[in-house]
Amino acid sequence: MIEKSVKQLSAMLAAKEISAVEMASEYLARAKAMRDLNAFITLDEDKTFAEAKAADALLASGQAGVLTGVPIAQKDIFCQQGWKTTCGSKMLDNFVAPYDANVIELCRKAGLVSLGRTNMDEFAMGSSNENSFYGAVKNPWDKSAVPGGSSGGSAAAVAARLAPIATATDTGGSIRQPAAFCGVTGIKPTYGIVSRFGMIAFASSLDQGGPIGKSAEDCALLLNVMAGFDERDSTSLEHAKEDYSRDLTAPLAGLRIGLPKEYFAEGLASDVAAAVDVAISEYKKLGATIVEVSLPNTKLSIPAYYVIAPAEASSNLSRFDGVRFGHRAAEYSGLAEMYEKSRAEGFGAEVKRRILTGTYVLSHGYYDAYYLQAQKIRRIIANDFQTAFEHCDLIAGPVAPTAAWNLGEKNADPTAMYLEDIYTLAVNLAGLPGMSLPAGFAANGRPVGLQLIGNYFSEAKMLNAAHQLQQVTDWHTRAPSL
Amino acid sequence: MSLSIEDVARIARLSRIAVTGDELAATQGQLNQILTLIEEMRAVDTTGIEPMAHAQDVMLRLRDDVAREPNRREAWQAVAPAVEAGLYLVPQVIE
Repeated sequence: MIEKSVKQLSAMLAAKEISAVEMASEYLARAKAMRDLNAFITLDEDKTFAEAKAADALLASGQAGVLTGVPIAQKDIFCQQGWKTTCGSKMLDNFVAPYDANVIELCRKAGLVSLGRTNMDEFAMGSSNENSFYGAVKNPWDKSAVPGGSSGGSAAAVAARLAPIATATDTGGSIRQPAAFCGVTGIKPTYGIVSRFGMIAFASSLDQGGPIGKSAEDCALLLNVMAGFDERDSTSLEHAKEDYSRDLTAPLAGLRIGLPKEYFAEGLASDVAAAVDVAISEYKKLGATIVEVSLPNTKLSIPAYYVIAPAEASSNLSRFDGVRFGHRAAEYSGLAEMYEKSRAEGFGAEVKRRILTGTYVLSHGYYDAYYLQAQKIRRIIANDFQTAFEHCDLIAGPVAPTAAWNLGEKNADPTAMYLEDIYTLAVNLAGLPGMSLPAGFAANGRPVGLQLIGNYFSEAKMLNAAHQLQQVTDWHTRAPSL
Repeated sequence: MSLSIEDVARIARLSRIAVTGDELAATQGQLNQILTLIEEMRAVDTTGIEPMAHAQDVMLRLRDDVAREPNRREAWQAVAPAVEAGLYLVPQVIE
């Protein structure tokens, strides 16, 4: 059962071959047996089975939707009423969400059954999952490797077949990079497509929720649930509801795929480049035309991102002050000391670094030089993509310069880890959709991801291109031996 | 530019995060490394470029000024560190 697609699981439930309760219990047993991967922060059987029973009732009444009864792992960043919602932080170790995020509401309405809450870098800040208060997630392909971040728990859970699909979020690559490192498929939609209501904010102008699954088809079905206008998110787009699976089977003949020369330059590991080349050659066989394009300001995405994201984080995370929710220090002499000690104790090192950086770049006299300048560079980067899309329909390239590195390998130098996000950050800055799909393996046997970048609202076309590749290759069906 | 220990202490105070003793020097080193990384951005000529906050340049929506959320004070306060009689408790602020 664990290798089945979402469509197949749905058919099994509809045909009463298995109940939602039985399906959930099979996945839960696997999740419990593989606790050493640390993919989940919280499992809560009673809640899972209550949801599964409700799904079975819907199935029995004939009112079930396509996804009713299908199990899902939820990233611990989405507030889910009654569930411990930690965002990977000690700050929220005692926080049981009193309401549902829009994404969770939509999952509930669809009848999806929550298996548990997946591990993540604290407040989604990180590329290795080592910044979680609950310890690093292990990569199911090699337990000495990082799973990527920040949605490492979601990617590892799907890779290890602890869940068929998972929710995730992407601020600078946090869906695509862990999907690549764990050999699964994930898509970050156009900014504004998935509501941020109830999704704990990191950098509001960049954060976007999206699905992780074994295949493009599974991601399309989950994106159908997650996407939609929500007036409680002021940046949510009033965009007509789409069926993201509508074009999956369309042929690719005539599709123009652009390869940005900056993504294949110095710094890209040769084994990753070789794997990406093989995937590109498959696209040629499928009838696509390959053209070279240029994204000349790619390198500037790192400084622009590491101004904008910390600036917005410093503002968003000011709400964690020990007054209304979250950690409060045990001893303090006055209000200021209560804030300062609660925040010093509740936040981990990387989160503190980013708050301090953000506070500095927004402080008096520096706003224009840093934040405003970064917002202008953001426009330059977005314009580069539009120029590239005059010559191609989709852009393809690597997700990350290397495959997963070893746990602990890049911990000592935070800025070295920032450089690993070179191919993913620009997509968030421009607000474009981007996805990652499995494209073979590096020399050390760890998965490599192919990144597809589309123009605004081209998710269906990207999923089509990904699905067609997955019809002629089997990388996405490979599972780690555990 | 490079931050001094006094700068770091000031930023920490503005951030309401206690950074003390040995942490100050370590933090100074790390923040200066991050600032070095973002420095190359400052030299870029951005004359005439509009800053971008949202790719779709959406306008903030307005809605009618009516209450929509039900009163859920008990649910919100159930997760608070200290409450009494429906009020959040904090140390004395006004002498």
